[in-house]
Amino acid sequence: MSDARSLTDIKRDLATGVRQMRTRYPTSRSAIMPALELAQQKYGQLEGLTYQAVSELLDVPEIWVFEVASFYSLFDRAQTGLHHLRLCTNLSCMLRGSDALMQHLQDRLAIKSGETTSDGSFTLTAVECLGACEMAPALMVDARYHGDLTTDKLDGLLASLAGRPAKEAT
Amino acid sequence: MSELMLLKNIDNPDASRIETYEKSGGYQGLRTVLRDYDPDQVIETVKSSNLRGRGGAGFPTGLKWSFVPKDNPLPRYLCCNADEGEPGTFKDRILMERDPHQLIEGMVIAAYAIGCKTAYLYIRGEYDVSIEHCQQAIDEAHALGYLGQNILNSGHSLDIHIHKGAGAYICGEETALLESIEGKRGQPKLKPPFPAVAGLYECPTVVNNVETLACLPHLFRRGEDWFSSIGPKDAPGPKLFGLSGHVRKPGLYELPMGMPLGEMLEEYGGGALNGAFKAAIPGGVSAPMFPSDLFDVKMDFGSLAAAGSMLGSAAVIGLDETASIPVVARRITEFFNHESCGKCTPCREGLTWAAKILRRIEAGQGQVGDVEQLEMLCGGIFGKSFCALGDGAAWALGATIKHFRHEFDALIAPQTMVS
Ligand SMILES: Cc1cc2nc3c(=O)[nH]c(=O)nc-3n(C[C@H](O)[C@H](O)[C@H](O)COP(=O)(O)O)c2cc1C
Ligand code: SF4
Ligand code: FES
Repeated sequence: MSDARSLTDIKRDLATGVRQMRTRYPTSRSAIMPALELAQQKYGQLEGLTYQAVSELLDVPEIWVFEVASFYSLFDRAQTGLHHLRLCTNLSCMLRGSDALMQHLQDRLAIKSGETTSDGSFTLTAVECLGACEMAPALMVDARYHGDLTTDKLDGLLASLAGRPAKEAT
Repeated sequence: MSELMLLKNIDNPDASRIETYEKSGGYQGLRTVLRDYDPDQVIETVKSSNLRGRGGAGFPTGLKWSFVPKDNPLPRYLCCNADEGEPGTFKDRILMERDPHQLIEGMVIAAYAIGCKTAYLYIRGEYDVSIEHCQQAIDEAHALGYLGQNILNSGHSLDIHIHKGAGAYICGEETALLESIEGKRGQPKLKPPFPAVAGLYECPTVVNNVETLACLPHLFRRGEDWFSSIGPKDAPGPKLFGLSGHVRKPGLYELPMGMPLGEMLEEYGGGALNGAFKAAIPGGVSAPMFPSDLFDVKMDFGSLAAAGSMLGSAAVIGLDETASIPVVARRITEFFNHESCGKCTPCREGLTWAAKILRRIEAGQGQVGDVEQLEMLCGGIFGKSFCALGDGAAWALGATIKHFRHEFDALIAPQTMVS
């Protein structure tokens, strides 16, 4: 995928959005995070030439862009599945059974936390508190939250997601 | 139960719309401020109201604002901290999703007080719905003249931009949050200078929590006397408590401060999920836990501090008799270790080590001396780390050992007999 996209392509895709983000701040550097966010929304993850594209669009050193991309956990620097399942395993969710849910998901998808299924459908990640502890155990699928989970609910969710692109799965 | 204020519209599905908000008195506080108060009077009122920050430290809000230098020609910034990452905490998310105009109105009032024309609302990246609803609220407020140029013909102008976080608990620490808005890695900076003097882009900056700012419209609409009549004198005003973990009725509750912890867990949390409570954490996982025989502690800043813990984010996590405290300690420590920004050695190295020991204790491979080792590590981290993340981690871990040493010993004992 990444090979097909040239620097010119990426810059053209992002130019308008990045320019708009840039107006919100007094410095170009501040627009790095929003620019990377735009790129990730567009391509699903950050890849080789994106850093250079953002650096050229904002006229900042590429290392600044890479530093930001590597610090924040929501930036994916490797290809992820069509759907990203982020299961909270922090305290309030753990107390309400997230360990068993993690086991269930790993068994069902035949992957470990941090991995992507071989067909590219799902990435599974154990995450820290999602700020949804009132509905523990909680899970974030793509950009949306699901709470009060049970293994049955998870199975239903997996079935409804299979084959659907991430954009619709909200 | 007293009258609800922060949560009064929370069950109304249209609460996030400006018409609903205006109907329930919304933007009246701002109108009053712009009509009757000059900026210094706003600061004085907030000072004398005794409003204290809801983000974790309980710092007096008016006092914080008064540190912004009056003679500094640089722009001033207001940054709202909506990074909400303290495990157990979900209050700001619910406020932003369900009734975001309280926050927007509060931000306009705060910005007026400190003379700020550009404010940033830093929302953690996972909070998609919050971001959507806050952006919609900002747009609605613009359309009706509560934001933008010359707000309600007062001459005061303000733009609010949402800065979306990208998954880093440490960005909730105020200096790290400002670094993040500047487009850098979110690592804390040395204080002083405090943000009020040299913050965002080295300009005078106030950082306030979502709930702190959301209290302001009500304070100015209903007045100081009403505000002070809620809760104890040194910690007045409406307050949100998030109950989770082993409680029967997890959820967000608006209650006056000063209620005993046990009463909150029983009356509002509905009691323990299984049997009885063993312990509870009063203010997010950074706040040292209390065993159930200390549940008469009052839930306010001063009482909790005197009892060796803190109100923190007021995230109350119940632990019933099925909870294993060493496992809880391991999970909390792994969290802090994972979120450590790596800037200073006590936190970075100490927590890695502590997590390793806790994992081996849990696996039944603990060694005699491990608990002492953990205590030593806590002592080496607490007070010696660069920011409060390390302190909180050590403080919380120390309390699990202090109150439940026997549970650690019980996991280690079988090993001892073999060797
Ligand atoms: C590690 C760490 C994480 C924090 N996370 C948050 C947070 O998510 N939200 C918040 O409002 N304050 C957080 N704080 C506290 C802020 O540094 C700051 O005190 C607060 O935002 C000030 O707002 P207030 O005066 O309105 O309470 C955190 C502090 C530390 C040390
Ligand atoms: S205490 Fe931890 S989080 Fe804070 S600066 Fe040091 S390493 Fe970073
Ligand atoms: S602990 Fe899982 S959402 Fe907070």
